Amino acid sequence: MENKIKKVDLIFEKVDYLEVLERSFKRTQDEIILDVIDSGLRGRGGAGFPTGLKWKFAKNEEADQKYVICNADEGEPGTFKDREILTQVPEKVLGGMALCGKATGASEGYIYLRGEYNFLLPSLYAAIDKFHAQMKELNFDFTIRIKSGSGAYVCGEETALMESMEGKRGEPRNKPPFPTTSGYLGKPTSINNVETLVFALMIAKEGPNQFKDMGTFDSRGSKVFSVSGDTPKAGIYELELGMSLEDFVNEFGDGDTKAVQIGGASGFCVARKHFKETVIGFEGIPTGGSMMLFNSTRSMYNILNDYLEFFEEESCGQCTPCRVGCQQLLKGIEAVKKGIKPPSYLDELQKLSETMKIASKCGLGQSAPNPFNSIINNFREEIIY
Amino acid sequence: MTNVEELVKQQAEIHGHKRESLMPILQAVIRSERFLSEEAMVAIAKELDISTADVYGTASFYTFMDTKPKGKNIIRVCKTITCHMKGKDAVIGALEDLLKIKLGDNTSDGKFSLLQANCLGWCHKGPVMLINDEVYPEVTPQSAVEVIQEYLKQK
Ligand SMILES: Cc1cc2nc3c(=O)[nH]c(=O)nc-3n(C[C@H](O)[C@H](O)[C@H](O)COP(=O)(O)O)c2cc1C
Ligand code: SF4
Ligand code: FES
Repeated sequence: MENKIKKVDLIFEKVDYLEVLERSFKRTQDEIILDVIDSGLRGRGGAGFPTGLKWKFAKNEEADQKYVICNADEGEPGTFKDREILTQVPEKVLGGMALCGKATGASEGYIYLRGEYNFLLPSLYAAIDKFHAQMKELNFDFTIRIKSGSGAYVCGEETALMESMEGKRGEPRNKPPFPTTSGYLGKPTSINNVETLVFALMIAKEGPNQFKDMGTFDSRGSKVFSVSGDTPKAGIYELELGMSLEDFVNEFGDGDTKAVQIGGASGFCVARKHFKETVIGFEGIPTGGSMMLFNSTRSMYNILNDYLEFFEEESCGQCTPCRVGCQQLLKGIEAVKKGIKPPSYLDELQKLSETMKIASKCGLGQSAPNPFNSIINNFREEIIY
Repeated sequence: MTNVEELVKQQAEIHGHKRESLMPILQAVIRSERFLSEEAMVAIAKELDISTADVYGTASFYTFMDTKPKGKNIIRVCKTITCHMKGKDAVIGALEDLLKIKLGDNTSDGKFSLLQANCLGWCHKGPVMLINDEVYPEVTPQSAVEVIQEYLKQK
């Protein structure tokens, strides 16, 4: 925890990815997967599932067709690192997909790219054309296509994403079955975040130890952070995991940081008094990369109001706890602010948010209570007055 | 055959007639027409052999698939927290004044629609706006107006 900020350069480093693939294609599926498991890599899209295990589950399925999906829906407010990765090192993302294809036995890959990033399409198609020619030369049967989103945050949820790819409303499915058993078109599918795929490629390049030796027991390796808000250093940084929030704020704050929202709108708000004991990582507060800093000029009411509006608009409406819950939380804080409801109404709303956590069908409704509770618990006066 | 029917047919040739082809076909119509007319949805339903209600039901789920007419250029200003903090309201105000419309409306000449959007993925460079697929990060009320004036010059 006394870990200071350590910058790392794995994701954006230019590497001879073809050499890595050529070497990997000669190995067995199990060898590739074991390295990923051994490295301790966990998904970088938010949920943090061990990547090697996911690949193993997909590999163990018997099927005539399997798929690899790269989740480039990046809709979490405060996250913009996948866009930068796809801009700077698209070939490494494609390489990571091919590696996953080899490991799991899939010959088709898809990139699901959010519609807001359509401007990336020409450069991605060019990278894919080049990549296909290279795979042909290596005699490896793997094709990559792009599917575009059309402005729906919930489509970043893996099963909603697959529904959308199938030409349907992007409504999350029930799990199980998990995508590794029944994913796109009902076939075994490994879906990974953009950054996860690049790390997997780097692990294949360097072996598992370089990655494993960084970070902490629960949070191995490094992570790309998207830093925004009240900071003189807004931007994208790859940092070793496991640092304390205090160290982070010392590096990125503007000297007056009162709170940091870790993990985007669906993450947690940490107040200054807790910076020291808060670890950024799976043992503390995990993040898909979003770090939003707020200084003392900001109203926490406005911030919470923005987050709740976001969830209220982006809820797919399929299940009641989330559809109605998001509306009621938003209406509720407005009513308390205006004095229409007494401050004690916030306690009722917190009970409702507990129900949402338990009863919502997908991560959206389950995590909308995170910013709500963490902001109310830390800044109750600001919400009321 | 009308233009839209022609377009739908041609897109179905490219993307196929399967259910998975629906999104790319809808997106192509949006790219060309900026919205999905009833005529377009009927044509798509026919090509894919599904009901028009199904086409509408799918399209209506997605923010970027409008079923009401939109301007030739769609301006989307990010309204999420960091862009909010960095002044998106002033940018929207300046655009409303310039275009003489309110947020959510189309200009009467059909050239522009002015909308808000959730986080566009440029939070370190807010406020940011999207015009069609083009990104304009770090806009000020003045620079946003200048961008639109450039668009106004094009026919
Ligand atoms: C509402 C919601 C939105 C999500 N959006 C994204 C996203 O934009 N990108 C992403 O990689 N994962 C997103 N996820 C997580 C995915 O469901 C999934 O866990 C992830 O793509 C798996 O890849 P990983 O293991 O490499 O992280 C989202 C989850 C939820 C519940
Ligand atoms: S939790 Fe919300 S977003 Fe998820 S399925 Fe239910 S209504 Fe849809
Ligand atoms: S908050 Fe505006 S781009 Fe992310």
